[in-house]
Amino acid sequence: MKIAVCAKVVPEQARRIDPETKRLDRSGEQTLNPFDANAVEEALRLKGNDAGAEVVLVSLGPERSLDALRKALAMGADRVVLVSDESAAGSDLVASSYALARALDREQADLVLFGQQANDSDGAVMWAAVADRLRRPLISQVADLTVTDGTLRGKRQTEFGYDVIEAPLPAVVAVSDAINEPRYPSLKGIMGAKKKPQETLSLDDLGVEADRAGESGSRTEVYAIGEPPPRGETQRIEDDGSAAEKIVEFLLERKAL
Amino acid sequence: MSTLVFLEHHEGELQKDSLGVLGKAAQIGGEVSALIAGSGVEGLVPQAGLFGATHIYVADDPALEAPLPQPRVDVLAKLVQEQGFDTVLFAATVLTADVAAGLAARLDAGLNWDLVDLTRENGKLVGKRPALDDTVFVDVGWKSEPRLALIRTGTFEPPAATEIGQAQISKVNVQLEDFSAQAKMIEQAHEESEGPSIEDADVIVAGGRGLGGPENFALVEELAKALGGAVAATRAVVDAGWYPYSTQVGQTGKTVAPRLYIAVGISGAIQHKVGMQGSNVIVAINKDPNAPIFEYADLGVVGDLHQIVPKLTELVRQRKAA
Repeated sequence: MKIAVCAKVVPEQARRIDPETKRLDRSGEQTLNPFDANAVEEALRLKGNDAGAEVVLVSLGPERSLDALRKALAMGADRVVLVSDESAAGSDLVASSYALARALDREQADLVLFGQQANDSDGAVMWAAVADRLRRPLISQVADLTVTDGTLRGKRQTEFGYDVIEAPLPAVVAVSDAINEPRYPSLKGIMGAKKKPQETLSLDDLGVEADRAGESGSRTEVYAIGEPPPRGETQRIEDDGSAAEKIVEFLLERKAL
Repeated sequence: MSTLVFLEHHEGELQKDSLGVLGKAAQIGGEVSALIAGSGVEGLVPQAGLFGATHIYVADDPALEAPLPQPRVDVLAKLVQEQGFDTVLFAATVLTADVAAGLAARLDAGLNWDLVDLTRENGKLVGKRPALDDTVFVDVGWKSEPRLALIRTGTFEPPAATEIGQAQISKVNVQLEDFSAQAKMIEQAHEESEGPSIEDADVIVAGGRGLGGPENFALVEELAKALGGAVAATRAVVDAGWYPYSTQVGQTGKTVAPRLYIAVGISGAIQHKVGMQGSNVIVAINKDPNAPIFEYADLGVVGDLHQIVPKLTELVRQRKAA
């Protein structure tokens, strides 16, 4: 079985939006999107001891994303395909999903896995756009996954409890962060990661037309960046035995009771 | 503007957030239509007419019985192309996020998500989206039509239901793509928690790891019951199996905005904060004076929840009985 894990590299901390470009500032330290580690872990679990199985990471991002993607290689993934192209900067869902789908076309994986959301954009939608472009069945928010004789069975978390959904391979699955605990890379894994195949592709290599990438391929835009609405003053009390009474008083004052 | 609002339903009820988005669309103006997709859903049509839709499209087909996204993308794509809607709005849920994103890819349409407001400014539709853990608010827009948007849970209250005259009703023919029918629902979920669901509740009492163990959720449940509210939980306690996922508030759970949110034994890390900071009044009870939740709770109480919560429950009961 061949499993492709779509992984995103995100800023490690001190996140800010560049007021000029209105894009996320990606100049600082980068890290593998923590939610994608769950997808990598699940891919490795499904691969198990099957020597014929392969786990390939597929990512869109700047060239230096490779450093952060190596963490997934150190966990045990077999190789990386990074789509890196300056003209892809500023891509929205429509443009990113198109480039990602073209990269996945090349791989023809049996299973495409995503993590639950991107830590930087809070987006939790990419898989559905990619599944539509690949014309493959989709199961998202999956908290438990099994593959038997070419059929996937996923337990899906919803607002109402758990659904159980089946789909034939090839398919697209987005896993919940409840599905597993990602392993830590071993020292041997870290040492070996650098030697694993790491391929960088341009949009040209994938046949992505210039007008379908970056800002010109995007259908959304950012007009302005502002402050969040302020919250009022906060009060604090230490319980001296009368806290319950004080809470009731406060709630009455705020007409919340 | 010609807007289509996707109405989600569960167990024979249109979802409150969907109706809130429908009400907002009607307030923004233009032609407002609604789509109800499912199997045996005709009974829901009169309800939709009460919240501002002048035209209701009904896709009623056994293939739409299970709440799966891909068949709904097919229905919407065809309807949007045939009717030429310039805007398609969704109240965000696990289901609609997949529907909206699939539709975006199918129509090469812009999708903005997690919106907490929608306005028309100088003839342009503008969405307001909190970003970077809600530390900034971004004004977002669309460069082409149709414009697709997912509205954050709990953002718009449904307006009072009013008879606005007979809405026009049209049946939609359902034709699915081959790949859309491949995922099959084997077992559909039913509500696991008791009492009102947290999306609909006016008052939420939430419990975290500070409770010490699943048995102590009884304290939270009693207080919620006294207040007529719902019980919510943090990711930590859901992951630990103390409480069902359907009650999880936070970045990887639901976003709620009740009138009153009482956080019991919750430290309030950013991943929880983004799910509840839109609440009108926040009260936090925690024994750790350095808990981050005290930075944004309207009232922070440093103390032992095992002492305070039962007393508070009793006082609330007395007050409600009086």
